[in-house]
Amino acid sequence: MRVAELLTAAFLMGLSVYFMIHAAALPIGWQQGAGPGGGAFPFWLSVMMLVAAGGIFLRQAVGLLAERGSRRPFVSRVALRQVLIVVGSLLAAIALIHLVGAYVAIPLFLVFYLRAMGPVGWRQTTLLALITPVVVFFFFEVTLKILLPKGITEPLFIPLYALFF
Amino acid sequence: MLTKHLKTSAVLTGLTAGLSLGLALNVGTATAQAADWEPNKPFEMVIMAGQGGGADRLARLFQSIIQKNDLSPMPVLPINKGGGSGAEALRYLQDNAGDAHKVMATLNSYYTTPLRTDIGVDIEEFTPIARMAVDTFVLWVNADSDIATLEDYVAAVKAAGGAWKMGGTGTGQEDSLVTAMLETEFGIEMTYVPFAGGGTVAKNLVGGHVDSTVNNPSEQMAFWKAGKSRPIAAFTEERIQVFPEVPTMRELGHDLVYAMQRSFVGPPDMPVEAQIFYTDLFKALSETEEWQSYAAEQALVSDLLTGEELQAYLLAERDLHAKLLEAMGESGS
Amino acid sequence: MEILQHLADGFALSLLPLNLAVLLLGVTVGLFIGAMPGLGSVNGVAILLPITFLVPPASAIIFLAAIYYGAMYGGAISSILLGIPGASTAVATTFDGRPMAQKGQAGLALIAAAVGSFVGGTVSVVLFTLFAAPLADVALAFGPAEEFALVLLAFTTFLALGGDDVFKTVLMILLGLVLSTVGLDLISGQPRLIFGDLPGFYSGISFLVLAIGVYGIGEILWTIEQTQHKPQVMPARIRFSELAAGFRALGTSLKAMASGSLLGYFVGMLPAAGATPASLMAYGVAKSTSRKPEQFGKGAVEGVVAPETANNAASTGSLLPMLTLGIPGSPTTALLLGGMVMWGLMPGPMLFIEQPEFVWGLISSLYTANLFAVAINLALIPLFVWSLRIPLPVLSALVLVLCIVGGFTPNQKMHDVWLIAGFGIAGYLLHKLDYPLAPLVLALVLGPLMEKSLRQALIAAQGDVTTFVERPISATFIAIALLLFLLPLIRKLRRHLLPGRAAASSRSSA
Repeated sequence: MRVAELLTAAFLMGLSVYFMIHAAALPIGWQQGAGPGGGAFPFWLSVMMLVAAGGIFLRQAVGLLAERGSRRPFVSRVALRQVLIVVGSLLAAIALIHLVGAYVAIPLFLVFYLRAMGPVGWRQTTLLALITPVVVFFFFEVTLKILLPKGITEPLFIPLYALFF
Repeated sequence: MLTKHLKTSAVLTGLTAGLSLGLALNVGTATAQAADWEPNKPFEMVIMAGQGGGADRLARLFQSIIQKNDLSPMPVLPINKGGGSGAEALRYLQDNAGDAHKVMATLNSYYTTPLRTDIGVDIEEFTPIARMAVDTFVLWVNADSDIATLEDYVAAVKAAGGAWKMGGTGTGQEDSLVTAMLETEFGIEMTYVPFAGGGTVAKNLVGGHVDSTVNNPSEQMAFWKAGKSRPIAAFTEERIQVFPEVPTMRELGHDLVYAMQRSFVGPPDMPVEAQIFYTDLFKALSETEEWQSYAAEQALVSDLLTGEELQAYLLAERDLHAKLLEAMGESGS
Repeated sequence: MEILQHLADGFALSLLPLNLAVLLLGVTVGLFIGAMPGLGSVNGVAILLPITFLVPPASAIIFLAAIYYGAMYGGAISSILLGIPGASTAVATTFDGRPMAQKGQAGLALIAAAVGSFVGGTVSVVLFTLFAAPLADVALAFGPAEEFALVLLAFTTFLALGGDDVFKTVLMILLGLVLSTVGLDLISGQPRLIFGDLPGFYSGISFLVLAIGVYGIGEILWTIEQTQHKPQVMPARIRFSELAAGFRALGTSLKAMASGSLLGYFVGMLPAAGATPASLMAYGVAKSTSRKPEQFGKGAVEGVVAPETANNAASTGSLLPMLTLGIPGSPTTALLLGGMVMWGLMPGPMLFIEQPEFVWGLISSLYTANLFAVAINLALIPLFVWSLRIPLPVLSALVLVLCIVGGFTPNQKMHDVWLIAGFGIAGYLLHKLDYPLAPLVLALVLGPLMEKSLRQALIAAQGDVTTFVERPISATFIAIALLLFLLPLIRKLRRHLLPGRAAASSRSSA
């Protein structure tokens, strides 16, 4: 647990330095007669962020607050597997949307996720994988007129547009 | 991305990506007569500004008129991409070169944004469709002030010694350009206070938080009718019909003319037949009674400009803005 | 009694069959749109604006107002059931709504939200009816300095109550504020923090993206990890006896409702402020005046009632500057304003004189919209609660799909969907390490307003900082904010000086 705390604090410190560098592209000082410059807000807030994250880092490093389960693993092995499945399938689904569009990626995601994550039968899985895209299509595209990305499956939808719009 | 590599006629019908499946379906429409082209899916109307602003309201008005009068076989989908003063919208169109289902509602940030920051966009490559209107600028003060003429105004600003507050939209956008023009012309200095939109600017003038503005008439109309704000002079060629007693800057001996264009353009390499379709669409739109009455009420100059003439106008305006921005940089405001 | 006469005329218009039908449809559609994470009243109004051309202007505005109201009610639904605020106005509702749902009190929380919304909406419509014209000038008196002071006040009301690790809270606020500066700097017109020139960052980081990420995906990851060895069903039951008990429990929240309504109305009325600060302030006030403040954050009914009352009151309040001055207080009212302009009605000081039927028809329809919204909402509660009984794998899969689709829809960018996934993973890790996430989200919402108004005020005052204390309204707000900020310190000091008496009070408030 303590290692994770340290790593997070260190990461946030790094992030604030990164923000500072970027923010410094605009004036960060007090401009005569006009108040703070364009980069001042993000820059000085990042400086404060660095201090706060540094404080947390030091506090952990010194071990002042070591009482709370410092030897407990950050995440259990079983839980880690599940979390990784969720994260992995989510990222894969988003990547697939670019390629084959939402209406292929979503059913694929549902099938994989439901089978991997829980005791969900094939019948229920198939049903969900088929119904969800249809509901999404009618709610978002037909009713709200918001087109979801289709990737290479775009041409397949042209007859549907002609039908519903 | 894929469109750049595929040079078949089917691509010209404008599908964004991955046409391997679409080839068979679309050969028919592509080989048909150019004028017969119609969008086969809803087309996007990209708006160079955020939700709720003047440009957004106008674009949504167009959408409603198109829908109400059934001018398009497919629905219009307005999408706001106002980030970075429209840089987001410009890049989006650039990245979707050749797309026949996207048009963009522009304002003057169409020139100023690529001029001010290098975003890898050349508006010369974009496809001109139609200029729907030109919006005018007027110099306003609060009705409670003693200022009635341009002379009073200049005297008051000089007396304030740089502390005169001019409210306007974001720095580098139209209002700040007009302010810079005023400063150079009269040799005065003002403190420019940027706000998020024209409506907020108008409210801050009436609430006494700034001393003057260069709002579009539509933004001040309600306050003007209620006797809360006063027009001093118009930045137009001729007097604005709604304010017949307000002189133009030119009449007063100052060559200050500035206008905001409201046009539609398409992405680079938009198929010709699509360009024709949209041009006809907006031509029909400009003739509707709804648009005519709206334009009259809001003091918009609604002369339509299309095709090459529009492109020439846009490029001339861009060069003008390049000079304005340069002058502004020199004057250091 | 001129007002009553006007109102009666208004009701004659708004109770026409066509208008009633339009109202019913609008409220229902709005409710569902609002209940979707990612879609709020702005999207609902924007999407349905064009179809209002099919009916006369009065019916059209009634339809849009009904959507607006319905969506405000609906926002609470996803906040409570999924813990994902559908709009920034509903962030405060998650603080206690989510814990209540986890304790199996989703039904009660939904009732509390609906009733609170109803009370807030109704009180503010009454206030609207009585004082529309004189209050319009108050809105005008608000310039950048006052806006800044108000945001500061909203921040402190909320933060003075924080019970989490101070370092971590401060860090999260700072991170939120820094993220809020991403995009274009309005004042100088220069882009900043756009990370490798990604065009997706030009428009900044949307609140919705962060909220869906940390509350949607982050929560799912957290729940999945936590429920490893437990039965994988979220606790959710609703019995009709509970409904009755729910109404009785609401009796204790009268104070929260009263303060929420008033705060909501007055803060909502101010342009630029709107419903989000109002709901936060109402939550803060409810907590500090509650007899059991330690219950807040763990599932206190008042913690749901207060922000919901306030955000509905604020949505009515923000119609005031829109109608009387033509100044929209929020993106949604900006669209309503756009709609009115399209129908040939010019909002502004003359509207009440030139178009009395329209104005009063709209006001009277707000009364009926409120009534319909609460009725429909209450009727559907069993359905919403039932949806929680779906097994966790299925529910989490559907929520993830909803997060992807809902994250895409507002700006229609895949960039946002990737960001959501990133924020989701980061949110999960931060949650595990006890970093509080609400301050992060709120800082992102209030940050832009805070920076902008601060800098505008300073530019207008030629860089003179005293402008904030020289102006009476902003000075008052800043004084209250300081007081709230110092209150915990003063209390601590008193405890040290008066050890005997303080021992008892510290035990009760621990």
